[in-house]
Amino acid sequence: MTSDEIKPSLLLVTCHSSLVTAFMSERKIRVLVAKPGLDGHDRGAKVIARALRDAGMEVIYTGLRQTPEMIAAAALQEDVDAVGVSILSGAHNTLCPRIVSLLREKGLDDCLVLVGGIVPQEDISRLKEQGVAEVFLPGTSTDDIVGFLRENVRPRA
Amino acid sequence: MPETKETASVEQATVERWEQETLRPVLNKRPERKKRFESVSLEEVNRLYTPADTADIDFERDTSFPGEFPYTRGIHPTGYRGKLWTMRQFAGFGTPEETNARFKYLMGQGQTGLSVAYDLPTLMGYDADSPLSEGEVGKCGVAVSSLADMEVLFDGIPLEEVTVSQTINAPASILLAMYLVVAEKQGADWKKISGTLQNDILKEYIAQKEWIYPIRPAMKLVTDTFEFCTHHVPKYNPISVSGYHIREAGATAVQELAFTLRDGIEYVEWGVEAGLDVDEFVPRLSFFFNAHNDFFEEVAKYRAARRIWARVMRERFHAKNERTLQLRFHTQTAGVSLTVQQPLNNIVRVAIQALAGVFGGTNSLHTDAYDEALALPTDRAALIALRTQQIIAEETGVANTIDPLGGSYFLEALTKKMEDGALDYFDKIDAMGGMVEAVEKGFPQREIQESAYQYQKAVERGEQTIVGVNKYQMEEEPAEVPILVIDEGVRDHQVERLERARDKRDKGAVANALEKVRQAARSNDNHMPATIEAVRAYATLGEICDALRDVYGLYEEPAF
Repeated sequence: MTSDEIKPSLLLVTCHSSLVTAFMSERKIRVLVAKPGLDGHDRGAKVIARALRDAGMEVIYTGLRQTPEMIAAAALQEDVDAVGVSILSGAHNTLCPRIVSLLREKGLDDCLVLVGGIVPQEDISRLKEQGVAEVFLPGTSTDDIVGFLRENVRPRA
Repeated sequence: MPETKETASVEQATVERWEQETLRPVLNKRPERKKRFESVSLEEVNRLYTPADTADIDFERDTSFPGEFPYTRGIHPTGYRGKLWTMRQFAGFGTPEETNARFKYLMGQGQTGLSVAYDLPTLMGYDADSPLSEGEVGKCGVAVSSLADMEVLFDGIPLEEVTVSQTINAPASILLAMYLVVAEKQGADWKKISGTLQNDILKEYIAQKEWIYPIRPAMKLVTDTFEFCTHHVPKYNPISVSGYHIREAGATAVQELAFTLRDGIEYVEWGVEAGLDVDEFVPRLSFFFNAHNDFFEEVAKYRAARRIWARVMRERFHAKNERTLQLRFHTQTAGVSLTVQQPLNNIVRVAIQALAGVFGGTNSLHTDAYDEALALPTDRAALIALRTQQIIAEETGVANTIDPLGGSYFLEALTKKMEDGALDYFDKIDAMGGMVEAVEKGFPQREIQESAYQYQKAVERGEQTIVGVNKYQMEEEPAEVPILVIDEGVRDHQVERLERARDKRDKGAVANALEKVRQAARSNDNHMPATIEAVRAYATLGEICDALRDVYGLYEEPAF
């Protein structure tokens, strides 16, 4: 798996960080920020994308209304360490487990799936059982998300 | 009497005296809590406001009387003494049956107007049985796929008497058509129907992002509804130009004000271009603002909005009808300010935000329920939200006099600052060629994103306090609140009714009507008559949107 085939539309987001990476021995954490379902409220997704980038990570934002299939394909193509799924519409129980299982089907066994948004307490444990690494509720500091990724992304050569 | 430069400098000198003699010794002993005091929009707020800060404001020219130009103090000469604001709680979830029951419950509790929340498939123009609707049917609002759903939604609610606001944008004209056909079946006269269609597509590209078609055809659909309503439904508001979502996406108060009013100007220009008379259609344009946490900033925003609109309509569009100059608006408390942590605190936030709307002279108001950072509201939470308005209206005395904060040095100076900030944005947007062009360039989108990020950082640095989130947190929260869970069976229920409606209808009539919708789109004719015919034939929302998608294609957001 390589990240050579970066789509031109994604270059804007990634080229600066890639140049920096070339001079560093350690691989940067790569994160796909994804917005599945029909909802268009992308304030959270965009704030998180920028905060992760400011923390030195490479971030690819999918844009709106991506199906789980599109998200899993992008995760594979971009060779990411984690997928951050922003969801506010209540469709998390349908969409998140499907994203996890599609990633695993593609062999992305270590790729973390993080969910951020409006998720009722009783759904959180179920999502975790289904393979979601963590659920971040409204009011979470971006530093906590950065910290979680640094601690939980498995180092790669 | 207008202030002169001399009186202004005298007033400035008095302030300086106070600073030297009284303030300085105290500051030397004990510094203030912070170096810089900021509003929730991260704007600096001064220590004190005095006549020196309002020296360039002329009472008659800028403030004036309620019901008189430039309407800073309100559009009604009697304020709320004549009629209170309309208490219009936004509601919608699950099936049309469930939402119909919620409507009747709220009206039974003294609510004075209705407001429909549709689910995401409806907002995006997909039927309940579309694969894209999976997991979303009835979740964020009520599911409506065809006239058959709309008939259930308004069953037993007389549309000639109750004003209904519909929050729907990209497919708004189709939901308007469904509404009119239901009214017609109830025997209501379209000429007597009043209510509001949100129908503000510009703010979708700017902020909420529930679009279907590219911008220019979408603007044409909106303009068609102006024309149709002016002639056939003259008491109906075909648009609610909305700052609410712009603010929720992260805009500052000034950005909300500026982008909303500049959107309003854009709609007026498109209407004029389509041959409509400003004094005929503009009186039916309504507005919709957010009520956020910073009390004075919000009150100033509403007052500035009325003043700017009156001046723009007179100076830019040469309006003569007084109604054209009067900005009417709905207010909703800030959903984005509600916290998951210690959710009962939200009741207090909502009450104070609602009070700002009332001090700003809002014409109608929605108060959020305390559980809305968790899910759609339960009956109990929705009831407390309504009671909050009733307490403000009938217990506090704030509705006894008009514009009670008018004349406050701080508020008047802030109103002027808001106005100046908005006019600066107008200049920038005009220089780009207009709002459609600015949106195509991503200008308002980028401005809002930047503000959202700066606010987040200010919260994380502790410069902006959110009680229960970055201060006064609790490890163990005192009480969990019950939340509304939407049954996953809603979709099956909706698909069943959809299939029944499809079986019963005259298929030839549906195909003909849909072809007429396509023809209207291709030929640039008004699409409303064909849309109404399609709705009458029980063509579904998804089918009518598909007919328009065939002609117009889909909007693709560029990367900003």
